[in-house]
Amino acid sequence: MLDFFKFFSKEQNKSKDVAKERLKLVLIHDRANVSPKFLEMVKGDIIKVISNYMEIDEAGFDIRLSRIEQEDENYTSALVANIPIKRMKNMGKNNG
Amino acid sequence: MGEVIVITSGKGGVGKTTTTANIGTALALLGKKVVLIDADIGLRNLDVVMGLENRIVYDLVDAVEGVCRLKQALIRDKRFEGLYLMPAAQTRDKNAISPAQMQKLCEELKEHFDFVLIDSPAGIEQGFKNAIAGADKAVVVTVPEVSAVRDADRIIGLLAANELTEPQLVVNRLRMDMVKRGDMMNIDDTIDILGIDLLGVVPDDENIIVSSNRGEPAVTEENSMAGQAYRNIARRLLGEEVALIDMESGVTFMEKLRKLFSGKNKRKS
Ligand SMILES: Nc1ncnc2c1ncn2[C@@H]1O[C@H](COP(=O)(O)OP(=O)(O)OP(=O)(O)O)[C@@H](O)[C@H]1O
Ligand SMILES: [Mg+2]
Repeated sequence: MLDFFKFFSKEQNKSKDVAKERLKLVLIHDRANVSPKFLEMVKGDIIKVISNYMEIDEAGFDIRLSRIEQEDENYTSALVANIPIKRMKNMGKNNG
Repeated sequence: MGEVIVITSGKGGVGKTTTTANIGTALALLGKKVVLIDADIGLRNLDVVMGLENRIVYDLVDAVEGVCRLKQALIRDKRFEGLYLMPAAQTRDKNAISPAQMQKLCEELKEHFDFVLIDSPAGIEQGFKNAIAGADKAVVVTVPEVSAVRDADRIIGLLAANELTEPQLVVNRLRMDMVKRGDMMNIDDTIDILGIDLLGVVPDDENIIVSSNRGEPAVTEENSMAGQAYRNIARRLLGEEVALIDMESGVTFMEKLRKLFSGKNKRKS
């Protein structure tokens, strides 16, 4: 017998799952953009960590959130940072 | 000393006014002294939802500007002991009062009431800022839809920036039939995304419209599912642990139909 109600529900692609995925993505961007300080804070922390290993050009440090298209044509968010390196630190010495 | 709770949402039309009216009435029915403030200046609604529109003489702006004494702007709801409404001004705009004035008003009111509930206007502008200024606590209302949840998230961020760091969520207009067929985000989905505590879930219920037609909050309706949900929310605000209602027992029409069909199927097989 034909299931009358199955007909209405697309099991594979439930609209609530689509809603949830879209929300998650859009909120990543909303939350990052609401606070202009947010990316500055991330940037500050990255500099702190990286500086243990290399000397970087802080003025040329570029960081932003962007969307990347994946192979399955879905989009995902990515934190993209471009960090020019001035000089590597000599880790051998420190670990000595 | 009472508690000031702002009911807010970001997106319009998701049920702030309905929620304020029903929680307030439920708290009064539980013996608390409650004042409802309509902070939606220029678009007042709480008065009609409460059925008190014919009793307005003075309003919030009058009280703040000193045109009347604070007490004169309070309408006593004769049906519910301890319940009062401070209506919004209808012919002024949101800039008629400032956050500082609102804060002062709340300070004064909470000396005399157990609960001061503020019905916030939609949006994130001046009206919203006024509404949250004197609040100790925030309730965020949303419906399980992408745009409303997104706006709720924005509001949660703005509340946090204003020292209201632990808002509680009311998910309104949930439709179990849609949740079941995967066409509406369920409670877990919504909480998972917003990351705040749940205060309650209110089903989509036509009683809400019937009761706003009559100007009698749905909490007074013994058999209303939404009324029950709001009664539970009020008890949670008083610190009681109350389980979520089983929405499946209050089945909608489609649901009944579905149950009927699946029942038949079972017998055949
Ligand atoms: N649980 C519910 N079931 C059915 N209808 C509802 C429910 N909650 C609210 N409504 C209806 O939705 C409409 C909007 O509700 P309400 O006025 O409370 O929203 P609001 O957030 O205060 O709107 P605004 O942003 O304009 O102030 C009303 O017509 C109301 O009757
Ligand atoms: Mg309203």
